[in-house]
Amino acid sequence: MFAIESREEIAPRFHRFVVRAPEIARKHRPGQFVIVMPDELGERIPLTIAHADPAAGTITLVVQEVGKTTMTMGRMNGGDQFASVVGPLGTPTHIEHFGTVICVGGGAGIAPLLPIAAGMKAAGNTVLSILGGRTHELVILQSEMTAASDEIFLTTDDGSLGRKGLVTHALADLVAERGKPDLVVAIGPAVMMRAVAEQTRGLGIKTWASLNSIMVDGTGMCGACRVSVGGQTKFVCVDGPEFDAHEVDFELLVKRLRMYLPEEQAARERYLEECRCHAEGGAHHG
Amino acid sequence: MADEVRGVPELPKPERMKIPRHAMPTQDHHVRIHNFDEVATGYDPETALVEAQRCLQCANPPCVKGCPVGIDIPAFIDRLRQGDVAGALVKLKETNTLPAICGRVCPQEEQCEVVCVVAKRGEAVAIGRLERFVADWERARGQASTPELAPPTGMRVAIVGSGPAGLACAAELARAGHAVTIFEALHKPGGVLVYGIPQFRLPKEIVNYEIEALNSMGVTLRGDFVIGKTATVHELFWEFGFDAVFLGTGAGLPYFLGIPGENYIGVLSANEFLTRVNLMKAYDFPRHDTPVRPGRRVAVVGSGNVAMDCLRTAKRLGAEEVICIYRRTRNESPARREELEHAEEEAIDFRWLSAPLAVRGNAEGFVTGMQIQRMELGEPDASGRRRPVPIAGSEYEIAVDTVVMAIGQGPNPLATRSTPGLTLNRHGNIVADPETLQTSIPGVFAGGDIVTGAATVILAMGAGKQAARGIQAWLDKLKAGEVEKPRLE
Repeated sequence: MFAIESREEIAPRFHRFVVRAPEIARKHRPGQFVIVMPDELGERIPLTIAHADPAAGTITLVVQEVGKTTMTMGRMNGGDQFASVVGPLGTPTHIEHFGTVICVGGGAGIAPLLPIAAGMKAAGNTVLSILGGRTHELVILQSEMTAASDEIFLTTDDGSLGRKGLVTHALADLVAERGKPDLVVAIGPAVMMRAVAEQTRGLGIKTWASLNSIMVDGTGMCGACRVSVGGQTKFVCVDGPEFDAHEVDFELLVKRLRMYLPEEQAARERYLEECRCHAEGGAHHG
Repeated sequence: MADEVRGVPELPKPERMKIPRHAMPTQDHHVRIHNFDEVATGYDPETALVEAQRCLQCANPPCVKGCPVGIDIPAFIDRLRQGDVAGALVKLKETNTLPAICGRVCPQEEQCEVVCVVAKRGEAVAIGRLERFVADWERARGQASTPELAPPTGMRVAIVGSGPAGLACAAELARAGHAVTIFEALHKPGGVLVYGIPQFRLPKEIVNYEIEALNSMGVTLRGDFVIGKTATVHELFWEFGFDAVFLGTGAGLPYFLGIPGENYIGVLSANEFLTRVNLMKAYDFPRHDTPVRPGRRVAVVGSGNVAMDCLRTAKRLGAEEVICIYRRTRNESPARREELEHAEEEAIDFRWLSAPLAVRGNAEGFVTGMQIQRMELGEPDASGRRRPVPIAGSEYEIAVDTVVMAIGQGPNPLATRSTPGLTLNRHGNIVADPETLQTSIPGVFAGGDIVTGAATVILAMGAGKQAARGIQAWLDKLKAGEVEKPRLE
């Protein structure tokens, strides 16, 4: 069991957990993730590590409520325990002095971007970060990302914060203004990463994307997470999660993410129904 | 079951030969395809004792040589015949830590039973069924005694992987008084016994019981711990303070065919399909959160024991048509006959001499079917089996919702890749000394599928025990100051 030290709702439906996991904290490198199973009957889901504190023996996870499992997690609190947390999994980000690195983050993808931006900056890169969200309160970790970047650019779909529009608009402007960066790292919804990849392909800018596929074990055993990169089948859990964004078959990734959509939908509805019943029965949720 | 087992007399040898081998009682196949309960229900005491009477008690028993761990088979069967079930279990446990498991999943027909002298004129003594009976009888009564442990030696051994090789190795070392910790990547211990072999063939309660027995011997189990990620082998020695490491990480890397359409949604590795169902209990969705959706028509590619497990699991999940696609014939199928027969009873549609050419899918990316080629048998190949040859123009299409690839597994590279200096063969398996099972790194031992490639539970267990002897010798030298722990960084 892995003790939750704290949970904080940092934005609507976004939760930041600090979890006691000294061995994972000690070994974590930017780009790596954990598999979490919130309770004994739960599903194993991959979650990126937003921060690791080896001295405190804790890791920080940022979780967006999308389905039953993440909703369940959103109701857990400091003092509760996750049944299982395993990692750090995946291949760490290749960090070196590239020159200028633009970090593009959207939605929950900002969380795994944070340690990468910090690592890139520590390696002497000029880090320019573009963060986007539907509306102002969904652009998470602004202060942390500001600290990890030389400059930060914000976009929202509704114009409630920063520039109105998508991260790709901000990226186009930034490249036009400052010239081509040496590297772009894009993490966010698959459609966002695909859009960034299409844009930078035309501009000839090396681009990495961190993929968020369905996983079970996270150690290369099941192959649920497989994607096509440069025409070759790769396992996101061990070969990734980062790949050359220009080689990734995003269409396949998007399709494969829909594999269990009906079951996810049903589980979510059933869960919400149960919550309503409990609420009516006077049960208390933290 | 009666509470007591009454011994039966030793019969003259000609009389023993006249008793026919007793069939294993099973759940009716009409019933069992709707549940995940164990198919084979086990002998009752009367049947077991009469079966035990059939043993000729050979002076030079070939069955013992046929057993990969050399169980004293005549001795345990004789104790059973006398009604001394507890004594029979002690005899079994002298050489086999996991009799309830081996009695179920060992291919006895290729090992002990194939050489049984009774089989020369009739059918072999049902050694595996008797082994299972003895283990089950004791478990049902909670009488299984913890083996005596040697006084603590102060030496510490790390076992990587909690499958059959790791469990057997851990048991031997714990008995010898060493402090043993097993590291397991998944959240539950047991390895393939838990994620791979289905409930209807090996109930998980049995695996849990054996693991609890290890706990009671003082073995520590650390789940959610991936060697190569959470810690390296080097750190096990120098930060965690272990004196020896055993790698029993198994064959956990699924193979795919590399045919077009293999990434359509609904193409799963056998590992994924079985892990979802066995480990994550997807058959009990939504009580358990992990889903699996086989659909109405399921094709399984391959015809080994893992393929049989997938076919029969798909049937139990409610698939209407379950099709086995195999490019050779029933004769070449690597599955145990018993498993094949059970699958046939369960109305699996076997398409022998059929090779998949492509998986078909729709615009949304979901599997809709497969293109199959008919084959015929040609000249024998390197394996001695007749090589399947395509019949030109024989391609045809089948409609399926799910395709499960059960064509074998390779060694999982997480632990090996992160261990500099570890010599692997060209398949990625660890090279180990055939006697001691020590790897190219002194103090690091390996056994089971990670060394041999995908094989059987009993061979992995045998390797675990063998490695324990090698580890003992290493620890002795370490204590004497003749060797030093390896530095791998």
